[in-house]
Amino acid sequence: MTEIEPLADHDTIRHALDASAQAQLEALTAEVADDPSRLGRAFPAAARRTGRGPLPGVDGVLLEDAVRVRLVQVAASSLDPDALLAELREVYRYGDSDEKRAVLHALSGAPEEVDGSDLLLDALRTNDTRLVAAAMGPHSDRLDDDSWRQGVLKCLFTGVPVASVTALARRADRELAEMVQRYQREREAAGRDVPLDVQVVLDACATSPEQPQHEQKDL
Amino acid sequence: MRIFDPHIHMTSRTTDDYEAMHAAGVRALVEPAFWLGQPRTSVGSFTDYFDALVGWERFRAAQFGIAHHCTIALNPKEANDPRCAEVLDVLPRYLAKDGVVAVGEVGFDSMTVEEEKAFVRQLELAVEFELPAMVHTPHRDKEQGTRRTLELVTESGLAPGMVVVDHLNEVTVDQVDEAGCWMGFSIYPDTKMDEHRMVAILQRRGLDRVLVNSAADWGRSDPLKTAKTGAAMLEAGFSADDVDRVLWRNPIEFFGQSGRLLVDPELPDDASTGADASATFEGNSILRGSRD
Ligand SMILES: [Zn+2]
Repeated sequence: MTEIEPLADHDTIRHALDASAQAQLEALTAEVADDPSRLGRAFPAAARRTGRGPLPGVDGVLLEDAVRVRLVQVAASSLDPDALLAELREVYRYGDSDEKRAVLHALSGAPEEVDGSDLLLDALRTNDTRLVAAAMGPHSDRLDDDSWRQGVLKCLFTGVPVASVTALARRADRELAEMVQRYQREREAAGRDVPLDVQVVLDACATSPEQPQHEQKDL
Repeated sequence: MRIFDPHIHMTSRTTDDYEAMHAAGVRALVEPAFWLGQPRTSVGSFTDYFDALVGWERFRAAQFGIAHHCTIALNPKEANDPRCAEVLDVLPRYLAKDGVVAVGEVGFDSMTVEEEKAFVRQLELAVEFELPAMVHTPHRDKEQGTRRTLELVTESGLAPGMVVVDHLNEVTVDQVDEAGCWMGFSIYPDTKMDEHRMVAILQRRGLDRVLVNSAADWGRSDPLKTAKTGAAMLEAGFSADDVDRVLWRNPIEFFGQSGRLLVDPELPDDASTGADASATFEGNSILRGSRD
């Protein structure tokens, strides 16, 4: 009932797997299709039953993430948005870092009615760069401006490339520019290198459509 | 020298330790769930601890090129507190995770009825989840504790080859050996067991089924005791291949029985290449699932 955008199409995933891993993927998929509440059971074993590592043909996507998002996609097809969200919260709560990251990726492909911003905020409180990066993906449009700006700043702090921040060009605004400039001054005062991404964010702030809007609001 | 420390509590260690361990050749380790020094009083503090073992600590180790695994259990000491008994009910969630390579540390501390109950239940979980078990032997009355431990292992139906009995010494090693279990030795910077006595045990009974660990934690301990034991073995005339067997291939063989390792068993045997064991975990190569 709820449609989740996969990280990679089914054929791409299948091609990355040998025959026995393909059979495992079919078994996991069938289990979750039959009973979506089995998602939490299927999730932990998904990587060791299929595979892990970069997914050939899809830049920057891990096979284990693609497989887990596929399982969420299958479970979601028979769950309404609220039930799906409840299931994802449960899987995230008891997931290891890999499982948590996969939940964040699944949220990135979720429709309007699904709001998992509480999970993004949890991920942004960690210092695990893989979770921080995943939290700033497409689903981060659910974050309010303050949380989103803090998320961008956290990326600069923890070394997560801001290229992984969705809608940076659109959402960057004067307030973010000021925060980043203060961060830059602090680094310079300490005689430390300023990450190259600082300029990327400042450039985005300078050219962002949010800029004039915000100025109007300020007036 | 490539080293797999099969028992070390990294949660209590610093990033300096991680750096020094990597420099000494440590590329993989197992962190058993255990007592934190301060007794816990609720299930919640256990789940937060377990979450850290499969989350933050794994991430932290990866930053230093070390593949982090863990074992999950209610430890014998806290099994005596009725407020912690419900921990047994949350274990199955964690025993299903990747990188959880055994049930442990289980066993005896003061040989109480409660300890035995938790021990037996957790041996059942090891059978159910097809995981090895890591058994802690008491620091007091070790010989009697080890005897009762082996009786319970036999009754559990868990194959002896799926069990490591840890913190052994000259007095307890033979009964564990005869039972067919793996023998764990914790090398401490005090008199409990040192690297030269370890070498003497290896000279007497060979390298089969032996795991050598630092058991470093929040107490006085040394995370480089594995490397120092390797050096002591070489000095005593063991070959580099013997050292590799004890410090790398043996732990891979034992914990590999879980099907949950996150490290490449064929990792190049050369610490100087800077080969990164966590590379597989970070996803630089496809590691296909084994059993399950
Ligand atoms: Zn220990």
